[in-house]
Amino acid sequence: MSKRKGYYASKIKRATHMLFYRRHKKPGVKGWELRKGLGSDYPKVLKILDDYLKALDLQVKTVFEEEKPAEKPTVEELDRARFYVTLRGELTSKEAKMIGWRIDDLAGLAITIAYIISKRGKTPRKEVEELLRDKLPGWKVGLNIDRYIRYGYLTQDENEQLYLDWRTRAEVDQKALIDLLLTK
Amino acid sequence: MQSKRESMKAGREKLQRIIDMCKSVEDRSLDPFLIDVDQVINTLKEHFPEWEIPEDLVLDAETIHHLASVIKLQSEWVKHRSTSLYTDPFLLEEKLVRIGKEEMVETFLKAWHPIVELEQISLHSLAEALRYWESLLPLKERWKGFPPAEFETSLATREELIKERILRDKAFSEELENFWQELKSQVEEKGEEGKILYWDFVGAETYEETVQRAFMTSFLVTYGYATLEIHPLEEEIFVKPHEKPITKIGKKQLVSIPIAVSAEDWMMWKKGGLK
Repeated sequence: MSKRKGYYASKIKRATHMLFYRRHKKPGVKGWELRKGLGSDYPKVLKILDDYLKALDLQVKTVFEEEKPAEKPTVEELDRARFYVTLRGELTSKEAKMIGWRIDDLAGLAITIAYIISKRGKTPRKEVEELLRDKLPGWKVGLNIDRYIRYGYLTQDENEQLYLDWRTRAEVDQKALIDLLLTK
Repeated sequence: MQSKRESMKAGREKLQRIIDMCKSVEDRSLDPFLIDVDQVINTLKEHFPEWEIPEDLVLDAETIHHLASVIKLQSEWVKHRSTSLYTDPFLLEEKLVRIGKEEMVETFLKAWHPIVELEQISLHSLAEALRYWESLLPLKERWKGFPPAEFETSLATREELIKERILRDKAFSEELENFWQELKSQVEEKGEEGKILYWDFVGAETYEETVQRAFMTSFLVTYGYATLEIHPLEEEIFVKPHEKPITKIGKKQLVSIPIAVSAEDWMMWKKGGLK
């Protein structure tokens, strides 16, 4: 193995440990942490790791603090971003059940996320509850919304307004979801 | 002709109505373009020369403040409409109402890429844990060094209880009030937007004092003298004092927030590495 290859191989191992094993209360690693652990060329290391993960149907996902920059992100934007390993392709509904999601709960989550997107990222909790109550038993609606909040898909402010939270930004391709719904 | 007093009264009512309208747009996500900004500005201009007392000027400033928030919402609305994420909310709502559960799940699964995360123990930490276990003395050996003490019972004086830190020389409520005042003055001096970073407030010269301050802060929050504002992504915690203690929580759900105040955290804060 050439010296250069060995250099990147060890960095990829380190990046894998950092990204797969949860280090904080929430999964994911901040860019500045990766810089500290892997050196300033961490974007390149992540690119190589991402190529490796392709074969496993996984990917390195970058979630920027604000909106995704239109051009190449700056070093500062990358440092402030959060990096995750996510599934690259799709789960089947059988697989979704296997990872602990009941079809009702998943449908409720999907409806809630799509509805909040349609309301430009913010909506009163009551409206979502009414929408969900149409298809889910009343006693479950509040519990489900609390669960989505606990998992990090949604967040709620003191005026009981719901917003999309970090996990939705990391896991859900919002544009694809809306496009797919509109073509139904 | 309308007297000056009547005109001022009408002006105040108009401004109050504008404020209420702006608030309902802000709070209920209504269309921000429901507010005619030009008209509001004309109303403000029309009545501004009449204001003499500070209360009226405050009302005027409050109206401008809420109007500015609505203009911000209007700009966000335009920005959102120009993005690829924009879609007619009524059309989407209609789809959401009509779509079946199975179909919704199928659609969602195409756009959902869940995070992969592992919480398993690693071989390295397993080996370390085994080493620790091997070097750990049995309980009977560890505890035999502490012979049962012989106690003599007698009445403790107030001074002794204060010395043992069971009682304080000040009533707790008084101490809490003083601590609250300190929080407010620190927020004025060092804080921004009426709040201060948690560690900037609880951090002190010694670790013992820091723990004591964290303990008191927890009571400030529990008793409604202050609240915690947590920014999970930035990993920042702020303490925000209330103007008056809030005793009624209403329908809000109470949550407990554990904050570790370890000696390592304190050292890190002293070096400027912890917020």
